[in-house]
Amino acid sequence: MKPDARPYVEFDSVHKSYDGVTQIVTDLHLTVHEGEFLTLLGPSGSGKTTCLMMLAGFETPSAGAIRIDGNAVDDVPPRRRNIGMVFQNYALFPHMTVGENLAFPLHVRSLDRQAVDEQVQRALQLVRLEGFEDRRPAQLSGGQQQRVAIARALVFEPDLVLMDEPLGALDRRLREEMQFEIRRIQRTLGVTVVYVTHDQQEAMSMSDRVAVFNAGRIEQAASPEVLYEEPERPFVASFIGDNNLLTGRIVSAAKDLCEVDAAGHIVKAFPVAPCAVGDEVVLAIRPERIGLAPAPGTYNNEFEVEVRDLAFLGDHLRVQTAFCDNDFIVKIPNIVGHGGVLAGDRVRIGWTITDCRALPPA
Amino acid sequence: MAASQQGIGHYLHLGFCGVVFAFLIAPILVVVPLSFNAEPYFTFTEGMLRFDPDAYSLRWYAGVLGDEAWGRALVNSFVIGICATLLATVLGTLAALGLSHPAMPARAALMGFLISPMVTPIIISAAGMFFFYSSLGLAQTHFGLILAHAALGTPFVVITVTATLSSFDRNLTRAGASLGAGPWRIFRRVQLPLIAPGVASGALFAFAASFDEVVTVLFMGGLEQRTIPREMWAGIREQISPAILAVATLLISFALMLMATVEWLRRRGDTTGSIRK
Repeated sequence: MKPDARPYVEFDSVHKSYDGVTQIVTDLHLTVHEGEFLTLLGPSGSGKTTCLMMLAGFETPSAGAIRIDGNAVDDVPPRRRNIGMVFQNYALFPHMTVGENLAFPLHVRSLDRQAVDEQVQRALQLVRLEGFEDRRPAQLSGGQQQRVAIARALVFEPDLVLMDEPLGALDRRLREEMQFEIRRIQRTLGVTVVYVTHDQQEAMSMSDRVAVFNAGRIEQAASPEVLYEEPERPFVASFIGDNNLLTGRIVSAAKDLCEVDAAGHIVKAFPVAPCAVGDEVVLAIRPERIGLAPAPGTYNNEFEVEVRDLAFLGDHLRVQTAFCDNDFIVKIPNIVGHGGVLAGDRVRIGWTITDCRALPPA
Repeated sequence: MAASQQGIGHYLHLGFCGVVFAFLIAPILVVVPLSFNAEPYFTFTEGMLRFDPDAYSLRWYAGVLGDEAWGRALVNSFVIGICATLLATVLGTLAALGLSHPAMPARAALMGFLISPMVTPIIISAAGMFFFYSSLGLAQTHFGLILAHAALGTPFVVITVTATLSSFDRNLTRAGASLGAGPWRIFRRVQLPLIAPGVASGALFAFAASFDEVVTVLFMGGLEQRTIPREMWAGIREQISPAILAVATLLISFALMLMATVEWLRRRGDTTGSIRK
């Protein structure tokens, strides 16, 4: 994606409800830039697939507008939107060969035979399935069917491709391989992709930007790095990676520093949003940013806690402690060992202000 | 002891099944040799029991095939049957497509309404149709009989096509639309090829329903609309000749071929079903 990419898809205060009571999607604002790989990430039932279906034209927004390339598409049926789509179960036509599947959108567009053959061959090359055109979908492995589905969504050269949990049915190794493949293809063609998944690792590894969905709303839309380092909402902090969350009340507030009373402990934190004394906040501290048994004075926040359990996980050690009556996880990289800490020990732990974000409660 | 009891149960079970099959099939099977009777009787003659070749003959078959009334009945049966089948297949498939659409309201009620010709006693439908069609001037016409038989055959198509559509992946039509195809092309190129086994077996049932139907024909058909079952009815009531046994034998062979076709289509349908997974 180019840095000056223009907005290509816009969701403008889109609402969706099937019965007028339950909101599936509430007041959605989202912009997808040209050439961008944007992922809609969220638990099942969070509205991400509904958004994709509205963009594809299979669902209609109850209110608000969706614009593609500046034009409202409310009255444009799916077949006129020129959007490539990869379905969760691939939706390959089982009675057609791979070649016929790929030629289908080209025949619809009345291309002559030579052009059809050329484009089919190019698409097969792109997904590295040369020579498979006479096979039927049932004769292919899951990964190969996936590649055919991607090739079919790209063969008619759409400007926008939607993918609805396309790797859900594959095993883990194949899934990782296909993540790279999809990313490579997207970069090669420079096509705009909107991708739906509930797998946060998949979202993080593939996307330029991730929009985190929860209960029909976007909690935060940002690059994977920003989502991880600077979550703005407790849901994002807990959904992306591991996090320790503590609730507390502001006892003093300045621009870049606030003090929070969390079950009697005063914790110094970085306020993400403007806050006032007495406000309730949620503190988020990443387990790997916590120091175990540091030299006194290393951190602005230092507390003594009890070690409940230890787990050795190869590359790191996971120490479960009790802080503010909560489980509090500390991850120690397996570089220097853990100083002989055992379950039941009392140890000091600490973290800096910038690694402790005070978030407005959900 | 347990083994022998199980053995007794097993033989009882076999015997019971044998009796059931005998009562179901014997009356049909007995018709076949009798149709080759050289004498104008409905019983096995002494010669037939001795397997005397002279006691057997094809005279009834020759009579039927050479007879003008039977010839006309055969043509009528096929013309009415095929036209009614085409109509029922188109209407039934369209109805099934509509009933299977997720946005369809009152699905169960409509389904019940559409298949009601199947459960209504035929004598009631036939009498009702007779009065209704008479007032429209359609009684005693081929067209009227075709309409009546189409109404009776449509439920078979609705049921078989709905069953096939229940396993049809709706994402396939969505995929077709996302690739730019219009509704007709999606139906013609994606949906129809996949539900074809269901459509075809529904059509065969509809044809069979028309082909062996006699009650509606008795009410609605005039002399010009006599079908094979109607001619057999007349044959039994008026002349009692083994000619109708010859016709019956021909119909049994025809029905067997139809059933074999349905079975073949069903197996083909299973294969495409497993491909889909």
